[in-house]
Parts: sequence; C-alpha cells; structure tokens
Amino acid sequence: MDIELQKVSYSYGVGTPFEKRALFDVDLLIPSGSYQAIIGHTGSGKSTILQHLNALLKPTEGTVRIGSAIIEYKKKPKDLRPVRQKVGIVFQFPEHQLFEETVLKDIMFGPMNFGVDEKEAEERARKMSKLVGLPEEVLEKSPFDLSGGQMRRVAIAGVLAMKPDVIVLDEPTAGLDPRGRKEIMELFYKLYKEQNLTMILVTHSMEDAARYADHIAIMYNGRCVLTGKPLEIFSDATKLAEFRLEVPHIIRFQKRLEARLGFSLPKLCLTEEELAETLAKAVKEREQ
Amino acid sequence: MGKMIFGRFLPGDSIVHKMDPRAKLLFVFIFIVAVFLANNVWSYAVLLAFTFLVMTISKIKLRYLINGLKPVMILLVFTLFIHVFFTKGGAVLVDWKFIEIHEEGLRQGIFISIRFLVLVFMTSILTLTTSPIAITDGMEMLLNPFKKIKLPVHELALMMSIALRFIPTLMDETDKIMKAQMARGSDMTSGPIKDRIKAVVPLLVPLFVSAFKRAEDLATAMEVRGYRGGDGRTRYRQLKWNLRDTLALVVLVLVIGLLVFLRN
Repeated sequence: MDIELQKVSYSYGVGTPFEKRALFDVDLLIPSGSYQAIIGHTGSGKSTILQHLNALLKPTEGTVRIGSAIIEYKKKPKDLRPVRQKVGIVFQFPEHQLFEETVLKDIMFGPMNFGVDEKEAEERARKMSKLVGLPEEVLEKSPFDLSGGQMRRVAIAGVLAMKPDVIVLDEPTAGLDPRGRKEIMELFYKLYKEQNLTMILVTHSMEDAARYADHIAIMYNGRCVLTGKPLEIFSDATKLAEFRLEVPHIIRFQKRLEARLGFSLPKLCLTEEELAETLAKAVKEREQ
Repeated sequence: MGKMIFGRFLPGDSIVHKMDPRAKLLFVFIFIVAVFLANNVWSYAVLLAFTFLVMTISKIKLRYLINGLKPVMILLVFTLFIHVFFTKGGAVLVDWKFIEIHEEGLRQGIFISIRFLVLVFMTSILTLTTSPIAITDGMEMLLNPFKKIKLPVHELALMMSIALRFIPTLMDETDKIMKAQMARGSDMTSGPIKDRIKAVVPLLVPLFVSAFKRAEDLATAMEVRGYRGGDGRTRYRQLKWNLRDTLALVVLVLVIGLLVFLRN
C-alpha cells in the first residue's frame, strides 16, 4: 500500500495564539514494500509527519493519500478504521499505552477493535507474543508487573496483532539497552523481509537508518530537504552537517581508516559487517 | 485538546501582565465577591462592561477566550436552559404544549449566565496573564499572616503550583495516549455513547499510571535537590508593588461603589 504526501503543511493550534507551523510543503512518496527512514534533528517535524501516516492528524494544506483513502483538511472523515488497521504505528515509548488487566488482553485490544472475533484475536496474540520473544507465562500477568523492555515488547505485539500492511516506527529503541535495541530492530527487519510489509522508521539514529532502510528522507525545520538511497545520502557529510546531522559512525570510521592505510576501499560501507568483508577482500587483493 | 486554556499562561506585555500577582489575586478575589452585589439590569451591564474592559487592556482576544472555554460554555448554556424552563414567577411569556416560560425564569437565567461568564472570564484572564510561579508566589505572600494559626501556607502554595504546572503536561499526555489508542482502533470521538464511554478506560488507566509515576519522580527529584519545606527558604524572585497595582484596586473599589449605587 503506497503512502503519498503531496504539498502537506500542518500547523498546531490553528486559531489560537499558540499557533505554530510544523510542516511546510512536504512531498514524500513511500512505495509499497519499501523500508523508508525519516531522519532529522529534534524538532524537525518527524513526529508530525508520522501522525499524518494514519490520519491521526489531517494536513492543514495539501493531501495525504494512504492506499486509496485520501485525507484532506476540508473533507469530513468517514470511518478511518480501515486506514488505521492497515497502518500500525508503534509510538515512542509504546509501553505507555498499556492498560488491560493481562498482557494477553492488551495484545487482543487492537485486533478486537477492528472487528476480529475473540478466538482469532487470542490466537494472534499468542503468536505475536512468541514472535516478539515474550515467554508464555507473562501472558496472564498484568502488563504493569513487567520490566520496561518486556512492556515494550507487549506494546509492539499489540500493534503487530492488528496485521497491518504498513508499520510505522517512532524511535522504537529509545531508552533500551544496546542488546534490546538490536533485538528489536532485527525483529522488525525480519518481519519486513518475511511478510512483505512496508516499514517506515522515524529516528535520529543514523546507524539504524544506514543499516536497515532502503530509502531515506531528511527533515529539517519542517521541510523535507533531501531524499535518496542511504549511500547517496551518507556520502555527503558536509550537506548532512547543514541539516545538523552526522554520517553514521561506521562511515567516519572508514574515512579515518582509509587515511591511516593510505588507500581507499572500493566502496562506502554502511554496516560493520560490510566494512569487515570489504576490508578483508581489499587486503587479500593487495597481498597478491 | 490543545485548545483548552484552563491554567494556561499566555506570555505578553500588557499592563495586566506586568501587574504584581498579589494585586491581581486581590483584585480577582474582591471582584468575585462583588459580582454577587449585582441584582438588576444596570448592575449586570456594569459587570459585563468592566470585564470586557479588563480583557481589552490585557490584550486577550475574545474569540480565544470563548474557544478555550467551550466546555464551560456548555455548562453555562445548560444552566440557562434549566432556569428558563423551570423557574416560575412573573408573567408567562410562552405557553406552548408542556413548555411554559416565565418572565422570572428568563431573567434569572440570563443573570446567572452573565454572573457565570464574568467569573470565568475574569479568573481566566488572571491565569492567562500570570505565570503559575507568579500566582503561587503572590498567593503565598497574601496568605502569610495565616501562618500564625498554623496554616501550612508554603505547602499549600507548593501544591497549587505543582498542580498548575502539570495541567499542560497532562493534557499533552492525554493527547498522546489518545492517539496511541486511536491508532489501535479505539475511537472516542464517534459512534454510540456506550462505546465512547468504554473507550475512556484505555485512556484513563495509562494516564493515571503515568501521573503517579510523574509524582513519584518529582518527589524524588525535589528531595535529592535538598528540598525540605518552606522554613528559612529565601526567594529568588522578589515581588514589587507599583503605583499601577494600587490604581487597579482603586478602580475596582470605584466599580463596587457604582454597583452598590445601582443595585436595588
């Protein structure tokens, strides 16, 4: 399911003295099946864009097209549930949305709102909790008795159980330890690969964007200033600095390494694994 | 959610903004008492005119006040109707089927509504033009004499400032949780009333949980920074009483004089 933003502008608090424009003429096309990262400095409008992706906010100007649904300021919304079922959002600190008595019921909340019957919802909940790595015995516990990391997994399972076609992630790893971070990001990547989903990752981690995304959009002061593939985006460090962003650690590392070694590697690498492999190959070639 | 203005502070540079918070608090307090002096058309007209005058001086737009106080307006309209339909007395104005509107009912309804409106507007102007910190400082100073009768003035002021401080935070939090639940298909803005009431639970539970957590964090943060109550605590912000503060109170006294003169 494609999502397309056309000349989208948004202002908070229209008609009050607190009115503040957050988005200016944003154009963005997220084709079905892509892994799109939206990156930007704090206050760049990332979170505002995110809320347009399943009609939680209506653009004050311009149009948002989600599949076949068209969201415009003037149009009275009809039932938005079909749209919201197809686009699942994992909000920042999603554990704050838990409320049910048991973990199982909380995961079932989403699907049941979208008209799935209880048996099917429970089945999905059990499957999804296994998928996100929750042990069986926590299902009957209160979500408030779990650790922070586990609560997050419950919340994520709750979104996955809706079986969305598009998953929007808002800083999904904020506040997690490095291992938890990696597990969660890998989990989403696996889902993306296996289930042919569309992923939209809103983050300020250049590393995550470089490793997982196949398209990147850069937000700066409410405008979408740059779009492209990770390699294109990250090969120009001076341009990124203009938008108060840095290239991923691994690219900086490669540049320093090349300076030290006195020769350049054949390509720019976006992950540690890729760099190690390229380096090994290059060294072997030079030895021969 | 963002439109509610209870307890919000709207920074500005009008004379009202610059007044001493003690003066403003005294002013509003006396005004609230004075509102009950009005009992006929002329005195209510004076009240209304005076409120609009203060509003103009404070540079707050009427449209903004009305928009921000919509929930209160609903209550107001409700009271108006109750009075119009159920208060009896005087000549009968409308007598249609089972509806009977009396002159006294209409009069009472309109007067009570104006009273309500004036009170809400004036107190809103106070909170809109005064930062929560200034309000609490002023409150604490005004209540200081009551320390003699063991009233925990400082603690009360602190409680109030915390409450005021967290209103916008809780509003934002509500908005965030509401959106998260809406994204999960819960809908509290449409559908039958029964479903909408049910949809409040997924909002309230997380809200309470986070409010309690916040309270605990705040208590810890205050303690680690060595907070131990008001005794011997000096203040960074000093309040200053100016001529305009005295003048404002003098004007208020004149208005009260006018009210006493006009009432019957």
